[in-house]
Amino acid sequence: MTIASFRGFLLGDAQADRAVPPTGFTASLTVFAAAAMSFLAVFALALSLTTERIAERWSAELARTATVRIAAPAGQIQAQTEAALNVLRTTPGVAVARVLSTEEQQALLTPWFGPDLPIDTLPLPQLIEIEEGGEGLDAEGLRLRLSAEVPGAVFDDHARWRAPLVQAADRLRALGLFSLVLIGATTAVMITLAANAALSANAQVIWVMRLVGARDVYIARAFVRRFTLRALFGATVGTALAALAVAFLPGEATRDGFLTGLGFEGLEWAWLPAIPLLAAFVAFWATRMAAFRTLKELT
Amino acid sequence: MIDLQSVAYNYGGRELFSGVSLSITPGSFHFLTGPSGAGKTTLLKLCYLELMATSGRVSVFGRDAAQMTRDDIARSRSRIGVVHQDCQFLDHLPVIENVALPLTVNGKDPESARGDLESLLAWVGLSHQADRRPPELSGGERQRAALARAVINAPDVILADEPTGNVDWDMSQRLLSLLVELNRMGTAIMVATHDLNLIRAAKAQVNTRTLRIADRRLISAGADL
Ligand SMILES: Nc1ncnc2c1ncn2[C@@H]1O[C@H](COP(=O)(O)OP(=O)(O)OP(=O)(O)O)[C@@H](O)[C@H]1O
Ligand SMILES: [Mg+2]
Repeated sequence: MTIASFRGFLLGDAQADRAVPPTGFTASLTVFAAAAMSFLAVFALALSLTTERIAERWSAELARTATVRIAAPAGQIQAQTEAALNVLRTTPGVAVARVLSTEEQQALLTPWFGPDLPIDTLPLPQLIEIEEGGEGLDAEGLRLRLSAEVPGAVFDDHARWRAPLVQAADRLRALGLFSLVLIGATTAVMITLAANAALSANAQVIWVMRLVGARDVYIARAFVRRFTLRALFGATVGTALAALAVAFLPGEATRDGFLTGLGFEGLEWAWLPAIPLLAAFVAFWATRMAAFRTLKELT
Repeated sequence: MIDLQSVAYNYGGRELFSGVSLSITPGSFHFLTGPSGAGKTTLLKLCYLELMATSGRVSVFGRDAAQMTRDDIARSRSRIGVVHQDCQFLDHLPVIENVALPLTVNGKDPESARGDLESLLAWVGLSHQADRRPPELSGGERQRAALARAVINAPDVILADEPTGNVDWDMSQRLLSLLVELNRMGTAIMVATHDLNLIRAAKAQVNTRTLRIADRRLISAGADL
């Protein structure tokens, strides 16, 4: 559909529209259903965007927070680091093991001690960052090997507790997306039912229009236009109300908190106008198909 | 333009009529008579493709009715003006918009035909009823509105089922003269009627043929009038 024909569809066709009597009941039903469905859609969308955000943040932290710390007298640090790296290289489930440079360690400490810390004069432990990969890391086994071979090494994977949470967040996100699909399908079903009701209530009107030579497209257009506009209107109201509700959810506090973090951040708000447009799109096709099916039967 | 060749029709029971052949050519003027229940309305419906013949061949504007799609039928109908016996309208629209309906559904702007619309309504005596809704009209007024709707789009053929059944003699003469005028300009006309006086009045003005359905046959009935 080109822009011009879409514009014509929205503005014009008032004549075709008039040929079908206004039906108050199905009209308000359609508007209400579209509003309610898009209200729900906003929450489903918020759920999936929020969980996506949280899962991303958590898994990023997961990926970088397994470390081996070497604390040893200054003279032995070098040797023990080598030894630890050797152990890590031969440990299944370790994708990358990387010795942090002095600058990186300083960067980690800066928030705590300020930039002027003379790091090389302090007896700091050496950090080795581990990225897990492959078949997963046997933390206990690694700990045993390290304590046997590298006395100064401490394996720290305190962020691992988040792994099941990331999984749960991913699952929630999938559920949110699935809910969106269900909401869309339900909208299509409701609009089809309403359109069918309107079409059969207007069998007489359709008969008269046919008597004077109206083609199916012309008759269908009157119904399609009206249901599309109703869905667009209802969905806009529903989306706006839900957006307000989400915007005024008590929030902030912790960035990771799921309950307090539910909502949209920055550009994510740009998704919202898609909901009424999608509702209009669904209504357009649902009514069009219902209309052509009914018109085929009414011969 | 509309040709019937040994057409038969039944509503599921026995044949209402059979072996009916008829040719509506440009500029022709037919009357269709016969007893009530003989099948006049049915025959007209075959001509405007509301019904499909159970046997025989109907062709409209050169195309076989049996092969037509719904769009083909709609296109044919926009060239046929029909006055249906029950005068069906869109009851929620004012009379003037109902009369303009053949224009609007064919994508024409009724505003540009405003003058035609108004003089047509004046001719059928409905100027004052133009903004009323069809259910508020009398039976005769509805028939006049139906005739106005049938002619507004300058059709090639007008099929009118009892167009003067509910109007007085003077008004029926006015309606007839409208049809006669259109016929003189080349429009083919077929009128189903019981009104022999109407047929006689028409014969005095134009060349007409009268057909009669009786005993399940369509016969030419010129002489006995
Ligand atoms: N939809 C229908 N189903 C079954 N029978 C029908 C149907 N329509 C008409 N008939 C029957 O077919 C016969 C012819 O009907 P039709 O309306 O063609 O008659 P007509 O000649 O127009 O009569 P009238 O002069 O009363 O208008 C009648 O006996 C009628 O009962
Ligand atoms: Mg009849």
